[in-house]
Formats: sequence, structure tokens, C-alpha cells
Amino acid sequence: MSNIVIKAENISKQYRLGEVGTGTLSHDINRLWHKIRGKEDPYLKIGETNDRTKKGDSDYVWSLRDISFEIQKGDSVGIIGKNGAGKSTLLKVLSRVTSPTIGTVKARGRIASLLEVGTGFHPELSGRDNVFLNGAILGMRKEEIKRKFDEIVDFAGVEKYIDTPVKRYSSGMYVRLAFAVAAYLEPEILIVDEVLAVGDAEFQKKALGKMNDVSKGEGRTVLFVSHNMGAIMQLCNNCLLLENGKLVIYDSTSKVLDRYIESQNTAIEKVMRNGPLEGNHFKFITMSDPDLKERSSYRFDEMISVRLQLSLPKFNNALELAMRLIDRQKRVVSTIHEKLDGYYNGEETIDLLVNIPQEFLTPGIYSWVMCINHPGVELYDLLEDILPFTILETGSDFFRYQGLDYGSVFVKYSINKLLNEKAN
Amino acid sequence: MTQKSVQSAQQDWDLVIKPQNSLFDLNLKAIWEYRDLLVLFVRRDFVAQYKQTVLGPLWNLIQPILTTAMFLLLFGKIANISTDNIDSIPFYLSGITIWNYFSVCLTNTSNTFITNAPIFGKVYFPRLVIPLSVVLSNIVRFGIQFLLLVAAVFYFHFVKGSPLYIAPSWLLVIPVIILMAALGLGLGIIISSLTTKYRDFTILMTFIIQLGMYATPIAYPLSFLGNSRYKTLISFNPLSPIVELFRYVLFGKGTFTPGSILYSIVFTIISLLIGLLIFTKVEKSFMDTV
Repeated sequence: MSNIVIKAENISKQYRLGEVGTGTLSHDINRLWHKIRGKEDPYLKIGETNDRTKKGDSDYVWSLRDISFEIQKGDSVGIIGKNGAGKSTLLKVLSRVTSPTIGTVKARGRIASLLEVGTGFHPELSGRDNVFLNGAILGMRKEEIKRKFDEIVDFAGVEKYIDTPVKRYSSGMYVRLAFAVAAYLEPEILIVDEVLAVGDAEFQKKALGKMNDVSKGEGRTVLFVSHNMGAIMQLCNNCLLLENGKLVIYDSTSKVLDRYIESQNTAIEKVMRNGPLEGNHFKFITMSDPDLKERSSYRFDEMISVRLQLSLPKFNNALELAMRLIDRQKRVVSTIHEKLDGYYNGEETIDLLVNIPQEFLTPGIYSWVMCINHPGVELYDLLEDILPFTILETGSDFFRYQGLDYGSVFVKYSINKLLNEKAN
Repeated sequence: MTQKSVQSAQQDWDLVIKPQNSLFDLNLKAIWEYRDLLVLFVRRDFVAQYKQTVLGPLWNLIQPILTTAMFLLLFGKIANISTDNIDSIPFYLSGITIWNYFSVCLTNTSNTFITNAPIFGKVYFPRLVIPLSVVLSNIVRFGIQFLLLVAAVFYFHFVKGSPLYIAPSWLLVIPVIILMAALGLGLGIIISSLTTKYRDFTILMTFIIQLGMYATPIAYPLSFLGNSRYKTLISFNPLSPIVELFRYVLFGKGTFTPGSILYSIVFTIISLLIGLLIFTKVEKSFMDTV
């Protein structure tokens, strides 16, 4: 027997746009009329790819189109893609919340889906009652919950409040309790939507650790949707990349991530100046990887390069190139000063490649301020806030602190434990 | 693609998700697996309703008492409608008790998809668990009101000397209630399936329930209508024989024939079957239209 636990065949999901009203009634009647005559549903033939930015001609869109894949037992599979790519729809189909319009999914073993934490929590009921109710909604038997009850309460850290109605809980406590119930589910297949984006950093760490145990330690199959590349890197061995409802690639996480990062590079900013500029100036600037491939998104563990072309008709030996790296809050991260006389031999233009080491900038958005100047004497060319680029959260630990200010620079520190006699 | 699907058809799968259910894909086994959830929903419905109230479940008694008082005034004193030689208080109370049960079952099950959409949208469990839990949790409420009714019957027997029909035949109350529950459930899930797309039915429900009470012999006995054509009309109401049977069991008086009882039973079974049929069809994709 093969080890495939989920097999999806040509799943497609069609949605109707607009409101339900008399229009839907006439479509329903038309559909029924076709069915009575034994003909195919006329509205399945139409429909467009789900591209929200363009106004479509049809009332129907395909938010999933012909998705086929197989998942092996024990795999943890990440589902990534931009907003509206169909990730959540796919999860909904897999967790039987809604059925596909076309296609089938076959699965082995119990599927538990966690599209939200605290589904069915009743505000008036106590924490204890809600643990049982939520557990049962997620498919646990009562004995199972009873057995794990103490662990669940302990994991959530709400022992003191367990007999208080959950409407009195702080939102953090509420979420912790809700996640704790889900964390103790023991299905063969676990489907998780971005539920880790809740709770404080400490709890996120705990939650992620638990997820890791589930997928790695206990050999269960996990499907995980997230925008958080760091979490995906850490948890998933394979990834599905969706784009406008279509499956682009299904491969090992690192390959899919590369592809995803590539797809993020939609608008690469460049500075190109061909006009008749006098004096020393930048002719061309772009960001690239060390292979000179132009990019605007980089992984945390990747080297970043800036390619510059300078025109220096008024060269003098004191001329400097200054590059100031600024973060999203326009704080200065670092400044580079380089005297240009070592690079210039009287050419019309010179080309430089500036490399920033990997694992230096923390995940976030950055941009540049650049100038050519004669320090203290003359400023020749100044470009402010150019070439924005993104450091993606891949393999850094910072994704756990999303939304918090963790600074812009990653320090490769070392910590040694001092022996007692030395410390005293 | 087709080759692949042929191969996999030979493998054994625990779960197959398809666009559409077969006609009668009622998975009783799945509902049985979720029986704990059913019990917890019943508990939730009952417990949560009386949180932060002082009187708590006592409200279950106050409502029929006040309604009986109103009926007594309106139908008894003002309209002067007979109560089939039954003491008027137990008579009205019996009608109200059984009507309450039916109407609550019907209204609450008919809201199944809309009120539970937030849960249904996030997690799968057999959807039928919810309407079943409604019917069951209301049995608890019915039980409380029924005790009040029994107390009234005894009071009138011992204090006023009215005849008492307490006998093993009282056990017939159980099938009467099951019949009522099944009818409420059947009609309720039909409505709930229709409301997912067209909310018109929600509006319809609110006054159908109100009007339904007058079209059922709740505040008057069927015998009061004599042999007028209104009696034929009211007899078409499948609830009428059930209510009359309920009264017959309790007070020894009621107007029904084996034929009319059979009519109610057949009507109930058919509406339950149609309900299940539509419900299992709608539950797969209602999230897209609700």
C-alpha cells in the first residue's frame, strides 16, 4: 500500500460574484432546466482566473483551477502564495467546509482542521466547558479531552481562570486556551491556517514548537498556510505555491521559496539617467544578487548587491561615494563611505558592485540614500529614498516577533557561560 | 490524469471529498461518532441561555403560566370558547406546552445554517448534529413544562375533584413528542436549507409560526368546530391530530381518527425525508451562499 495520505485530483472551485438576489434565482432556474434535460451546468463553462485587480466580464470566477497533488504520510506541506491566490479556499475544500465545484480529494485517516482558533467558543460558558465543546467540535471524544484536560490547561497557562466565563478572559488568554485545545488534537492529518499570528512572542514560540513536534516527532501529516516564510522554512519540507488559483509549483520548500521570492520581484526599481547631466553623477543603479540578477526581495541568508554606474567628468582625488541604508521608519541603519580614487582611471563611466553580507539585515523593508560628494566642499549628486528592497523572513528567528521592533541589524553574537570561580 | 485516477480508485480511502453527494448520503455513522458533541451542544444551549439570569430555568414555567392566563381571559372569558369539558387551565396549558415545543423546534432548526455559519465556515462535523441538538435540548424544556402541566392536572383532581385519567396510556405522550419533534425537525431543516440562499424564508417563518398556532387546535378543541367546513380545513393541518391525541392521552377527550393519526405520521415521515434530502445536499456548499 502506498503512503499517500491526501490525493487531490483536478480540484476547482467556482464562486459567483455580486449579491444573491433575483439574478441568482434566474441562474438557479436555468441550471435546474439544464439538469432536467440532462445537460451540463451552463455556468461551469464560463468564469475567469481570479485576478482581483482587473474588472472581469463574467459573474463567475475560479478561485481554484485544476489543482492536483499528492501528499505522503508524515510530510509537512506549506501552502504559500499572495493574498487571494486561493490558499484559504484550498484549505476549506480539504477540511470539508465547502465542497469543490469539480474534482475530488481522497484522504486516509482523520482530518482535523484548524482554520481558526476557538471555533465555537461560547462567551457565556466557562473555560472548562469551552475546552470540552471546542474539543468535540474539532472531533475529539469526551474521554480524550478528559485525559488531556490538565495538559491543555497547563499549556494555556489559565488554570486560575478555568471556571470563569471566557468572556471575562483577556484576548491573550482566550487565544492561548483556544490554541491549547487544538494543539492536543491527535489526527492523522492536521490542517492549519495562519493561527500562529496570535498571542505574544512567548506563546508563538510555544505554539510553533508544538507544531514542530506534531509534524516531525509524531509523524503526522501537516498542511500549513502562512505568509510567514520563516515559519514555513522551519516547519515544512515541501511547499505548494498558488497563484491566481493555479498550482505553480509543488516541490521542496527551498525550491518553492526561491520561486516565490522571484514572483515577488514584480516591480524592481532602478535608477537610470540618460539625460545630459553635468558634473559627477550616478548614471545607473540597481539592486541585484551577486550573480547580477536584478532583484528586490532577498532571503535573510542571502548576500545583497548594489550595482552602480558612475559618470565622473569632474573627478578629483577627494571624491567619495556615500551610501546610507535606511529602514522602514527612515532610521539610518548604516553608512558606507568610499573614496573613489582607487577605482577611477579616467574612464567615461565606472561600474561598481557593492556587497552587503548575508544575515546582516533583519527581515523588513529598506531603502537607500546615495550621494557623490567632495566632503565638506561640494555635493554633486544626491538621490534619496531609492531602490526599496525587502529582506524576507527565511530562516531567521525574527518571524516570531512579527510586528515588533526588533531593530534592523542582526548581530552574530556569542554567549559563553562563565564558570563560578571566574565570575566571583 | 485519467490514468492516475483509475489507479487510485483501487486503493482504499477513508474519505472522499466530491462536488456533490449522492442522493441520500446520510451518514448516520458519522453522527454517531460525534455523539459527544451532540450532548455538549445540548448542554451549551441549555446552560448558556440562563447565564446571568436570576430565575434561570424558572423562566420555562413563567412563560406558559402567563400565556395560559392570557388564553383564559381571551378565549375563555371574552370569546367564550368551550374547552371540551376539560378544566380550562389544564386545557390551555396542555396546548401551550406542546405548541411551544413544536414552534421552538421549528424556529431554531430553521436557523441552523445562518446562526452557525461562523462555526460551519471553520470546521467540519456532521451538520445534522446542530438541528438534532436543538430538538433534544428543547425536550428538557418541554419536560419542565410538562411537569407543570401534570401538577395542574393533579391540582384540579384533588382540589376541584375533576376526573383523573392517569393510566399506562400516559406513556403515549412519548410517541406523541417524538412525532412532534420529527415534524419540527423535518420542516425546520427544509426551511434552513432554503434560507441559506434566499432569506425570504426567514421572514416567512416568523409569521407562519404565529399564524400556525391559530390553525392548530391549541386554544380551542377540534370538537368546537363541530362539522363545519373549517374543521376539514384545520384537519389538513398535520399538527391537529397530534395535539388532539396529546389531549386524549391526558384528559381522555380528543377528536381524531386512526386515519388522521396515520395522515400525521405519513406527513411527518415525508417531510423528514425531504428535509434530510435537501439538507445533505445543501450542507456541502452552503458556505458559498450563506
